[in-house]
Amino acid sequence: MEVWALQLFNGLSLSSILLLIALGLALSFGLMNVINLAHGEFIMLGAYTVYALQQAAMALTGDVSSSVTFIMAIPLSFVVAGAVGMLVEAGLIRFLYQRPLDTLLATVGVGIFLQQLARSIFGAPNVQVVAPWWLTGGLELTDGLVLPIKRLFIIALVLVCIAGLYWYMYRSSEGRRTRAVMQNREMAASLGVSTRRVDNLTFALGSGLAGLAGCGLTLIGPIGPSLGTFYIVDAFIVVILGGLGQIPGTILAALIIGILNTVFEFGTTAVVGKVLVFAMVILFLQWRPNGLVRVRGR
Amino acid sequence: MSALLQLSRGTLVTSWAPLIVMLALLLLAPFVLSDFRLGLLGKFLTFAILALALNLIWGYAGMLSLGHGVFFGLGGYAMGMFMKLEGTGGKLPDFMFWSGLEELPFFIAPFKYAWFALPMVFILPAAVAGGLGYLVFRSRITGVYFALITQALSLIVSILFIGQQPYTGGTNGITNYSTLFGYQVFSPGTQLTLYFITVIALAVVYLVLRLVVNSRSGRIMIAMRDDENRVRFMGYDPAILKTIAFAASGGIAGIAGALFVPQVGIISPSSMGILQSIEIAVWVAVGGRGTLAGPIIGAVLVNAAKSGLSESFPVIWQFFLGGLFIGAVLLFPAGIMGLFRGELSRERFTRPLTRIRELKQQGIGGVVRQWTTTSFR
Repeated sequence: MEVWALQLFNGLSLSSILLLIALGLALSFGLMNVINLAHGEFIMLGAYTVYALQQAAMALTGDVSSSVTFIMAIPLSFVVAGAVGMLVEAGLIRFLYQRPLDTLLATVGVGIFLQQLARSIFGAPNVQVVAPWWLTGGLELTDGLVLPIKRLFIIALVLVCIAGLYWYMYRSSEGRRTRAVMQNREMAASLGVSTRRVDNLTFALGSGLAGLAGCGLTLIGPIGPSLGTFYIVDAFIVVILGGLGQIPGTILAALIIGILNTVFEFGTTAVVGKVLVFAMVILFLQWRPNGLVRVRGR
Repeated sequence: MSALLQLSRGTLVTSWAPLIVMLALLLLAPFVLSDFRLGLLGKFLTFAILALALNLIWGYAGMLSLGHGVFFGLGGYAMGMFMKLEGTGGKLPDFMFWSGLEELPFFIAPFKYAWFALPMVFILPAAVAGGLGYLVFRSRITGVYFALITQALSLIVSILFIGQQPYTGGTNGITNYSTLFGYQVFSPGTQLTLYFITVIALAVVYLVLRLVVNSRSGRIMIAMRDDENRVRFMGYDPAILKTIAFAASGGIAGIAGALFVPQVGIISPSSMGILQSIEIAVWVAVGGRGTLAGPIIGAVLVNAAKSGLSESFPVIWQFFLGGLFIGAVLLFPAGIMGLFRGELSRERFTRPLTRIRELKQQGIGGVVRQWTTTSFR
């Protein structure tokens, strides 16, 4: 019983990371029909931001596991990844909006470039971020069931992000413009919405969310230049399962994939688990080709 | 034959002459190049076949597959298993013995027979591509979705092959071959023969594809790329056509893999991984997608640059590769072949302007049509 509860909890924690990654992908896909294959590298950027800040703090104060550094690192990872995302959108992706498959290839190039950059700056071996003291240890629910605080913190971080995204999309005027462009680009443009600005901001927002996911991942294990590639394919599967860039569908799909992955992995092996999930998604698409949540067309 | 004649009419000099020159150069290469260089060229030519395979489904049918490494690998593994079992005389190969297997698994045993293994080089990847393709195309999954699903395929198959060490040799793959049909695999004579076989295979694949894309079905395929719904309304079933194209493309990639293994001496999961699969797309993009000579030129040039740069400057190679991906689509969308035909990238950047001009010429009806088609999308 406790074992299954722990599996479920681990599944939830994986789901929340996947969700943060997939939301960024789903946003830019829903808005601009492009998929950013360098998204995994934005995760890596966020993770290395935390590491770099910690190294800098250690050089200055000598305190490696400072709480202040870690709390500062959270928004900073969002800002760094978001800023790079903004640059990539402005310098590359906006030229390719009519050609989604080409965007795919061009962003692969960005990804290879960023990975090599990280390897040149931080070295190829993995590095470890030291978590602040209040994130170590576990929350003991019963005798056999101890939930790691780190994973609880990640889930909380993701919940805050979703709340923030909800506020942005449904309560702010910037978000209203974004939804307008998503629904009908030409009409929104003719009513005076700057679609260029919306595209750029949304892409940066999605990249920033990936950066936050990277920040969360530093708590789970060591980080390296190819950190993103471990998670990115699962995130794509979430986007495919969730449906055409829809936020509710993405949330549901992330929950399903994260939990299925963990449960299958526990029941069989990691590899067989992945194969099973992939097969199930392909079969599911036979039944509902547009994913879990369908956009209602006019 | 009449199709061939029809093709060549009027274009004999312009379109066949460069090819004949190219073929002649490839056939003369062994007399000029050292054994080492020739081995490299042979490897690049198997990549050229692989690029042609991807180009069939991407350049002509419009579906970007990021899983072609898998089909290449399946063909390679079929060939590798055949050679391995020939070396052991049909007994248990070393890597299976080390992993604790005691006898040949039933699904691997038939690979010791050439009549089984050699057709499997084509059939196995074609069946995987056809099966996945049918399910995916039937539910009208296209574009970016298809690319992502095939990318997931290449991740999953490569980790599956790494995990199943007793059957696949794990991360190391299958290597240490001794003979092929009784000849020493790595003797210069055998390698030279393999090189010529590769050149001939490339020429045959090229000619077959040329016939196909100029045939009636080829034209439907191109029409499908440009406007799938219209083809559907005309009564064709795009799902079936795409499945056939994808399966054929997978099978051709398998042949490339099978030619790769005896020349390079190893097949491993790294040939099927995500990055390898995406690199194939860059060869095609650099050469020029939707052309037949382009992928061949692209595969040879990019890989020559890779072996030149990555040996001495691995860091620079990675940056160069990243830049190549970006440059190939941003600045030269039509690739090297596009340069020959004068389709420079300028047109790409000015396209929105020409679009507006077209709409103005069509008057208000054109504007309305444009609006309705985009909002009903």
